[in-house]
Amino acid sequence: MKALLGWLDRRTGYKKIVNEILFENIPGGPRWRYIWGSALTFCIFVQFATGIMLWMAYSPSSQTAWESVYFIQEEMNAGWLLRGIHHYAAQLMTVLLILHLMQVVIDKAYTAPREVNYWFGLGLLFLVMALSLTGYLLPWDQKGYWATKVATNMVAITPVIGESLQKIVIGGADYGHHTLTRFFALHAGVLPGLLILLIVAHIYLFRRHGIKAKKPFRRADTPFWPEQVFRDIVAALAVMAAILALVLWFGGAHLSAPADPAERYPARPDWYFMFLFQFLKYFKGEGVLWGGIYIPAFIVGLLFLMPFIGRWKQGHRFNLIFLYTLLGGFVYLTYIAYAKDAKDGEFQFAQEQARKDAERIRVLAKAPAGIPQGGATSLLRSDPYTQGPKIFADKCASCHAYGGMDGLGRELKEPPSAPDLKGVGSREWLAGFVDPDQIATAKYFGGTHFVDRDGGNQSRMVEYVMGLRDLSPRGQEELAKVVAAVSAQAELKSQKELDEADSDLIQEGSDLFWDGITGVDEACIDCHGWDGEESSESRTPDLTGWMSREYMIEFIKNPEHPRFYGSGNDRMPAYGEEGTLTVQQIGLVVDWLRGEWYEPVDELMP
Amino acid sequence: MEGTFFCIQYSAAKQFFVCHSAQIAIVMAHTNLPEKTKLENEKEPIPEEDAKPENAERREFMIKAGSVCLGGAVAIPPIAAGIAVLMDPLRRKQGDADFTRVTLLDALTEDGTPKKFTIYADKQDAWNKFPNTAIGAIYLCRKSDGKIDAFNVVCPHLGCAVVFRESERDYYCPCHNSAFDLETGTQAPDSPSARGLDSLEVKVENEGEVWVKFQNFQPGIADKKAIV
Repeated sequence: MKALLGWLDRRTGYKKIVNEILFENIPGGPRWRYIWGSALTFCIFVQFATGIMLWMAYSPSSQTAWESVYFIQEEMNAGWLLRGIHHYAAQLMTVLLILHLMQVVIDKAYTAPREVNYWFGLGLLFLVMALSLTGYLLPWDQKGYWATKVATNMVAITPVIGESLQKIVIGGADYGHHTLTRFFALHAGVLPGLLILLIVAHIYLFRRHGIKAKKPFRRADTPFWPEQVFRDIVAALAVMAAILALVLWFGGAHLSAPADPAERYPARPDWYFMFLFQFLKYFKGEGVLWGGIYIPAFIVGLLFLMPFIGRWKQGHRFNLIFLYTLLGGFVYLTYIAYAKDAKDGEFQFAQEQARKDAERIRVLAKAPAGIPQGGATSLLRSDPYTQGPKIFADKCASCHAYGGMDGLGRELKEPPSAPDLKGVGSREWLAGFVDPDQIATAKYFGGTHFVDRDGGNQSRMVEYVMGLRDLSPRGQEELAKVVAAVSAQAELKSQKELDEADSDLIQEGSDLFWDGITGVDEACIDCHGWDGEESSESRTPDLTGWMSREYMIEFIKNPEHPRFYGSGNDRMPAYGEEGTLTVQQIGLVVDWLRGEWYEPVDELMP
Repeated sequence: MEGTFFCIQYSAAKQFFVCHSAQIAIVMAHTNLPEKTKLENEKEPIPEEDAKPENAERREFMIKAGSVCLGGAVAIPPIAAGIAVLMDPLRRKQGDADFTRVTLLDALTEDGTPKKFTIYADKQDAWNKFPNTAIGAIYLCRKSDGKIDAFNVVCPHLGCAVVFRESERDYYCPCHNSAFDLETGTQAPDSPSARGLDSLEVKVENEGEVWVKFQNFQPGIADKKAIV
């Protein structure tokens, strides 16, 4: 063995290198305060190890990036752990870098002859920030997409070359496949390559000048190995423990819904860029150039000049004050940004929606149909559970309520002036409608012109329902049968079993539709169409297929169609004919109102 | 003159090869190294012609110059090809924006409340073509005088999406708090945005169809400049 190592040494001279690495003299002996560099080197090792493994499962394109990250996160062995470690190690690295920089400046380790090494260190800091920025976009989720969009729009404001520079950075006029391929090349190729170069140069120069020992010395000089190495390894252990604690505490790295340019998202950067986000709010007009480019560039310039400033009499003190101010500003702006968001109801609401979307997309991606070839964005876009309430809140909630709310769980801006559509089509909903105590309330026709028509007159339907007040018990029973029959037309998923069980009752109800209820003069058929027979009046809806999917879609397309209200329509717009909603959007809101969306089958059920 | 230069270059290269080929041969012969190699001392005697100081100097200069020139030249093809591909996005233009049918006039109430519409069009993303996909959104607002305003929802500050705020009766960007006038789209005095919302061309055709020329504009600057 010895002979073999000797052979190797004569050809490589490795022993000398190992000696230099392990037995470097540490003046004043080992100290805990020297661990920062090693802790950072360890972080970088973690990032390379986890990053390369993530690379093996990642696919950069706008139809596969989110999908492959989802697969890593949810399906692959320990994928959540790997991604979690990569994510939180990056965060911790930022903190450690700032601490390392603070120590270097406080200990005056940036002055001659270590200026160049200080610059390398700063270079590493900015490389790590660039890695964070590029990495943030790679999952192609809503969070990364919108935050990075703001960041790359700042590139565009650079004087003269901004527009072209932005195009080169994002690979076109808008975000797409080439944004990802470019960001990935930067994140996994260019930046790590530069990082290695700078680290080697940084450590080489560090060894060349020796450690900037803290005086007074407490002990005699010792070599690096083993005492300082032991301390460094304990530090690495602490770093790893912190990373794992963060991963477990937060349950891995977050993955929001797939990027969708058509879906609004409250864009926020990750915490370490929140100060810049807040800072930008203070610059008006084209002053954004100052907030986004000139001032940050000036600060960076000043950081680079610190070794020279430090030479002057009060220079070091200036540097310290500058750095503390910078840190104070960083903490203050970050705090302000978060505090404002916490108080911003709109933001909190938007974030809650985003959280729901993120949860829902997991359910859809895990469904037997899986993620389609075109990517996961279409899953949410075509999901009634996600889109229904959004469309309802946007287009319907100015008149209709959904359980008293706007569909998304918010209070209505104005009292509803059209029926509450929660449970529409169900027996319960219809029973309320034909209840004389309810029909004229805000839940049904209260706000419509059917109740207050032409100076106080009521529509024939409202009058009819009011006339049901003194119905005999038999009449009540018959009314319930008619309700069951009409409601059965809706073929609601939630009532499927009930409708099947009550088929006889429903048939009786259907007959009563023709014959009328005991004690009431008019029969339903006198106005409404039923069972294929068209309405006898053009202003009353045909109830054949009432509130079935097809019926509702056609109704929303054009309520003034003779099949529905004709000229008797109140204010309901023809959403389909006017082009306010596409047929697909109408289908989504209808499916949502009817309670029809994908739900996972409980695996515990037999 | 040029011919002479190449002659000199050629002879220099030849000399270099003749001079060093012996060394190369020795190195190759010693791949199986003995414990102590005497490689350093085994140089062949230098030919008399090369030993002349002026020749040696000239040869060295030529080799240096040749190395720099050739070294630079060999790097050109990969770097040039790489840069050409990197710059490819600059060559691609989106072409002139077309009018898109958005809705019917009847869908717009005349009370000045804006309505949001998604714009669908074919989208080319590198190697993929996405037919009839959502490419953006606009707010349409019909005034009592019948005039229709169309605004792109993209905030001209840094590109988030603005929303219509019922409570304040304005457009508002949740990112950096830019606010815009509902009537004109101009930015509120304390807004960070450098310009007002980007208005779009609107026309009414075929008896009440609202058509909008959808475009995106460069954010962050005071001038409204279309992204092409």
